[in-house]
Amino acid sequence: MPKYILKRVLQSILILFLVGLIIYGLLRCLPTSYIENMARQLSTQPGSKSFEEWMAQLEGAYGLDKGIVAGYFGWLKNAVTLNFGDSWVWTMPVLEKFQKTIGISFVMGAISFVLELIIAIPLGIIAATRQYSRTDYTISVVALAGISLPTFFFASLLKLVFSVKLGWFDLYGLTGRNFEQLSQWGQFWDMAEHLVMPVLTLTVLSIGGLMRYTRTNMLEVLNADYIRTARAKGLSERKVIYHHAFRNTLIPIVTLVGGSLPGLFSGALITETLFGIPGIGYASYHSMVGGDIPFSMFYLIFLSVLTLAGNLLSDLLYAVVDPRVRIA
Amino acid sequence: MRDNMDDLKDKNALDAASPAANADTAGPSQNEPQYSLNDDRRVKVLSPGAMVAKRFFRNGVAVFGMVVLIFMFVFSFIGGIISPYAQDEKFFTTEYQLKEYAGVSRNEEFRFAAADGQDFGGAVQAKVILAVSQNASSFQYRDATYTVTEEGRNFYSVSLGDTVIGIAFKDIVSMSTEGAAVSFDFRFNALKAYTNDESSFQADGKTYHLDSDGVMSEGGSEVGFISQYVVQSVMPDVFLTRDFKEKVVEAVESGTSEFIYTSEEGEHEYVISYDPAAKVWSVRQETETYVFDTYSSPSKKHWLGTDKNGMDMLTRLMYGGRVSLVIGFIVVAISAFLGVIMGGISGYFGGWVDNLIMRIVDVFYCIPSTPILIILGSTMDAMRVDPTIRMLYLMLILGFLGWAGIARLVRGQILSLREQEFMTATEACGISVSRRIFRHLIPNVIPQLIVTCTMSLGSTILTEATLSFLGLGVKFPFASWGNIINDVNNTHVLTTYWFIWIPAGVLLLLTVLAFNLVGDGLRDAFDPKMKR
Repeated sequence: MPKYILKRVLQSILILFLVGLIIYGLLRCLPTSYIENMARQLSTQPGSKSFEEWMAQLEGAYGLDKGIVAGYFGWLKNAVTLNFGDSWVWTMPVLEKFQKTIGISFVMGAISFVLELIIAIPLGIIAATRQYSRTDYTISVVALAGISLPTFFFASLLKLVFSVKLGWFDLYGLTGRNFEQLSQWGQFWDMAEHLVMPVLTLTVLSIGGLMRYTRTNMLEVLNADYIRTARAKGLSERKVIYHHAFRNTLIPIVTLVGGSLPGLFSGALITETLFGIPGIGYASYHSMVGGDIPFSMFYLIFLSVLTLAGNLLSDLLYAVVDPRVRIA
Repeated sequence: MRDNMDDLKDKNALDAASPAANADTAGPSQNEPQYSLNDDRRVKVLSPGAMVAKRFFRNGVAVFGMVVLIFMFVFSFIGGIISPYAQDEKFFTTEYQLKEYAGVSRNEEFRFAAADGQDFGGAVQAKVILAVSQNASSFQYRDATYTVTEEGRNFYSVSLGDTVIGIAFKDIVSMSTEGAAVSFDFRFNALKAYTNDESSFQADGKTYHLDSDGVMSEGGSEVGFISQYVVQSVMPDVFLTRDFKEKVVEAVESGTSEFIYTSEEGEHEYVISYDPAAKVWSVRQETETYVFDTYSSPSKKHWLGTDKNGMDMLTRLMYGGRVSLVIGFIVVAISAFLGVIMGGISGYFGGWVDNLIMRIVDVFYCIPSTPILIILGSTMDAMRVDPTIRMLYLMLILGFLGWAGIARLVRGQILSLREQEFMTATEACGISVSRRIFRHLIPNVIPQLIVTCTMSLGSTILTEATLSFLGLGVKFPFASWGNIINDVNNTHVLTTYWFIWIPAGVLLLLTVLAFNLVGDGLRDAFDPKMKR
């Protein structure tokens, strides 16, 4: 087992290195960057140096005067010591911005994740046990509709109904206007209220996938021989489903859920941007649009690490949960 | 999910060959000739394709998805042809706007005019006002004595000794002909007559007639008029006729706030408002302006109204559907092409080739695609890439980012198929390698490939729409369902104009849902273990 983990981790590091090189190359190739804009602005000031001179100076200052490969290794050397440089758009160290924004993203992700589990798994089981019934069709179609819903459209609908027509929530932001004057509890409730719509969006859009996954696996288990045996023994249907079938369905579910745990930190790029929640997705969206190389680089690598960690975790969990699986 | 397609062919053949399964469809009847029990002709044989189709059409939800898809295709591809409007045809409307036209002020201050060849400076003028307000008939300035004579109501002449050097007056003499100068003699005599309510006066050797409204005429033709009101045009190129000025003054004096005046340019409505602080009446003309017909509500002419550029919404939706569907198909074709080739090579040859390709697939799996697309989109924004070329790039990028999943699927399939008995049989029969691959291996991968491609069509359309919504995908002049909804970022549109964004969103949702439903239905139909 430790040998397997070591092998996988080494493999992941290699993949990460290549992904980093591709992303870095891509970011460096961007023709118009933040620096160019800055140089243009500086060169228009009275009595200033020319655009080319400013460009050269700024590129030197930001470490962009080296080639892509050399620049990548320079970045890598710093990144290994967790020094990701300063964000250009947010004018603070990348890690500081990360620490400021990750909290709210994680809270949002965690709440919707828990809601997703509570809603999707029971629905999936119900749909599977009543296969081809009206309930099954309804649940399946609604789940598919959730998958097919464009985030921005659903978010706009929520805004129209709950903010504009009913006036229950604010359109944008994490805090209300009088946030500073509120007591500690008041501030908590204010933030909670602002999170309702984003969390609802995330939950509705993610339920479908997990629900379908649960249904498929439950169906597979229900067709297994040991379920027939259990029924033949004369066990009650309740016991067959919740005792024998569900526990076996849990194997793939735990694997999937475990694998998506790292994803809780990745932030919701579109949802956060639409609702103006200052999480990591929102911050990175503005960094990417603004050509902020250090922050974008950090965020993309961070996402890759999360993906790799999720894959590894899900494979390991599979071996832990299912005694039939042995990892050599 | 385990792969269920392996023994698809054998299973189908078995299904079709078993008399029990088809007893109801091909049972012996009286008209048909009787065959012996083990005769093949007793059995109606369905090809595997027909079996799949039969199973698919039995699935109501999948058929619903199919119908929606057919509707979307008709709507987008044929609708665009039928629609009487072009994709980027702009519509105009006339709108009534009040425009600042003229200003009216009542002259309450003395104005001065110097006699020909005389010096009548500002200091003397100030003295005149002082003298008038004190009712003095003369004043001293720089050792000279000036005489102020009241010639009429609010009309004074100032003389030094016997010569008149200037006049002070409040009523304004304006000439009918544009730009005509008023001579001192004319002004003096005209004002004198006007302020003393006389009906005629003589100036410059001519006799003029003056009526009670202050209109001056010579031999029946009008030359000008006198009034205490100053009417000035706001626009420098407009000359106000006396008739109009009179009408304005009349309206101002009677206190009405609206009047209609018909000139050579047509009838216009005018609105007068008084600004007490500046003591000015401003006259605004109601004019017809030709503007873009933006955000007009649904009507007979525009079933879904018009958008912010004054374009027909329904037509935009049709063309948007075209763009969304075409992009979806091309992107999926690109990734399927790359995926099948890479996965096929990887699965068939194995060894280091397989290892290399799978590591590349791992790398592609790991690259976060949405952020990459956002970065590339904003780059293209900065480079001002032409919208057509941009659309092409978008398809290439999306296709290139999507092949890894398909390659993995194809490789897995081929790996397991390679070890199956029927492949050993093909080898034993001495069939050539290319025929083995393309005739026996690839067709067995096709069902899963079709299902995956159908599903990824939906998700590709969703990705494209998200990008276009963020303004980083398909750009104006081209419509796409995503960039139509983009307008909802404007809170005013979100709250007021539902017809701008809800139809596009519903179409998008329905299309993606339909692709997913059809994909699901196909998956079930291809699955020979399916009971129904």
